[in-house]
Amino acid sequence: MKLKTLALAASATLMAAGPAFAAGHAIKVGMITTLSGSAAGLGAEIRDGFQLALDQAGSDAIELIVKDDARKPDVAVSVADEMIQSDKVDIMTGIIWSNLLLAVAPNAVRQGTFYLSPNAGPSALAGKGCHENYFNVSWQNDMLPEASGEYANTAGYKNVFLMAPNYPAGKDMVAGFQRTFKGESAAVVFTKLGQKDYAAEIAQIRASGADAVYYFLPGGMGIAFGKQFAQSGVDTPRFGPVFSFDQTILPAVGDSAIGIHNTTQWSNGLDNAANKKFVEGYQAAYGRLPSFYASQAYDTANLILGALKTAKPADKDAFREALRAANFDSVRGDFSFGNNHHPIHDIYVQKVVKRDDGTLTNEVVAKVVDDMVDSHAANCKM
Amino acid sequence: MSTVLILEQALNGLQFGVMLFMMSAGLTLVFGVMGLINLAHGSLYMIGAFAAAVVATWTGSFMLGLIASLAAAAAMGALIELVVIRRLYDRDHLDQVLATFALILILSEGTRYTFGSLPLYLNTPGWLSGVFDFGGGLVYPKYRLAIIFVGLIIAAGLFLLIAKTRLGIRIRAGESDREMIAALGVDISKLYTIVFALGASLAGLAGAMVGVLESVEVGMGEPVLILAFVVIVIGGIGSIKGALIGSLLVGMTDTMGRVLLPPLFSQFMPPIDAVPVASALASMSIYILMAIVLIVRPAGLFGGAK
Repeated sequence: MKLKTLALAASATLMAAGPAFAAGHAIKVGMITTLSGSAAGLGAEIRDGFQLALDQAGSDAIELIVKDDARKPDVAVSVADEMIQSDKVDIMTGIIWSNLLLAVAPNAVRQGTFYLSPNAGPSALAGKGCHENYFNVSWQNDMLPEASGEYANTAGYKNVFLMAPNYPAGKDMVAGFQRTFKGESAAVVFTKLGQKDYAAEIAQIRASGADAVYYFLPGGMGIAFGKQFAQSGVDTPRFGPVFSFDQTILPAVGDSAIGIHNTTQWSNGLDNAANKKFVEGYQAAYGRLPSFYASQAYDTANLILGALKTAKPADKDAFREALRAANFDSVRGDFSFGNNHHPIHDIYVQKVVKRDDGTLTNEVVAKVVDDMVDSHAANCKM
Repeated sequence: MSTVLILEQALNGLQFGVMLFMMSAGLTLVFGVMGLINLAHGSLYMIGAFAAAVVATWTGSFMLGLIASLAAAAAMGALIELVVIRRLYDRDHLDQVLATFALILILSEGTRYTFGSLPLYLNTPGWLSGVFDFGGGLVYPKYRLAIIFVGLIIAAGLFLLIAKTRLGIRIRAGESDREMIAALGVDISKLYTIVFALGASLAGLAGAMVGVLESVEVGMGEPVLILAFVVIVIGGIGSIKGALIGSLLVGMTDTMGRVLLPPLFSQFMPPIDAVPVASALASMSIYILMAIVLIVRPAGLFGGAK
């Protein structure tokens, strides 16, 4: 009996000492992102944004391991297994695509690893499927499209052609838009994820007689569509969430994008100190304007650095609370987590403009929604 | 659905079809004449696109870019034929698949090493920008018309080459009896190198022309390679005519499937459920077409019994 008590006491002391021991070592962050194929540019933005925050903090508290998923769910799953089992990472982040995130995150958080999403925010993980170790630092997928729906209402569009790739985020992007848009959908077209030739879809847009085209085509898909649309002679106005008109797309599609309105939670001109430090630091370090992907990864890194000031991942409950407190200065201004660990933040509408030096970029036009909470939060029992 | 829309979609199907033909012509010749399965054909498509991108950016001339794509892909084709492929003719198909798969990895990583992972983007040349107005409301991008035009010229050229020239006679002879034409004193290894380089240059040209529309990146050839294999299986292995008909069938089926299936499914399902299902089915349509062709004609539409 006495021996048992002693053993218990000993193990309790060890457990209490655990975080203190870990404090001496850097915590490991595993980043899985897309660094090859037509979306390689997006992964580079995530990696560079995250790295910039670490460099600016000058802290060696985080050891970053970066691996490529090639936008393939099977590759992402095997890289994640390797990171959890042999690298023993404390936190995972980096995934851009909702279908890859759904393959990786639920499994990772069940095994006790924290997952902080710097981009994808599928509805499946925001409502009933929310998890205490899963945090989304970007947005729930439906948020920017819902704001686009509001924008379309004020712009007076009555009949809109909708297009998105056929995968979980594409469906969220269409559902979110239709939730707030009061007009009609001229047609809903789901394309193949990674599709490069949009001739058939552009012909449908031409024939549809729609007032405007709402589309969600991130990365190389958006570039291919943008270039082909510009060559097609169709002049239907285009708009949508930022993904199809961001800083990774504009230089490749050129002047044809000028004037397009899109919705976003962040813009490089947002007037706050954290954002100035980020945009200037990013341009100095990488010689290009940051995209919203980089801003989200930068926020993710700063969220982790902020949380590490009060807790270490080894003490899961304390670290979770520290993350939930969101103790960092977000480049988007106001930022807090809702009950489902998804952001509550303002959404803006911005417009593609050409600066005097010839650079194409987005400029904020107006705020569309104040302190937006996502539509799935109520279904999360947390 | 209006006539104008159907005509425009038919042009889209035709454009996709001729692009596939440029890709599959070489594949089917190499398979037919040398009995070789060449998985690295997609890499030659990629090499053509990169060569065009580099030369067009450097010289500012799109035409020079296209010539460079033909030359670079033909040169790379001849090189890998001499160094690697030549040793594979007498091996079984599994060895060929393994070796040419290794070539894909080497060429892809070599390109990634040279150009990086970020895709390159090319602009349509000024004189092919914009649309051509057919009248009656039908307009079509000039650049896509140019692809159709080039593809049809190449198809005609290949038929003439095979039917009328000495090289064509040798290719046909090689297809039907390899030992016999070697015995008749034809330099078979030179013939193989020429056929391989010819097929490679067409793949390179296809890559360059499509690269302008889409993007030039590592691994761009593999999705097209899969479609090219579907085409030559449908058309009958070794048959140029089969490759042409197969390409046009696949191009039309893919385009029309994408356009016609969603509205069709929406007739008897709520649209929000119908569209994803129909889109998924549309991307399967060409494989269903291939299955049907194989059931009816196991050797493909124009494949001889072997």
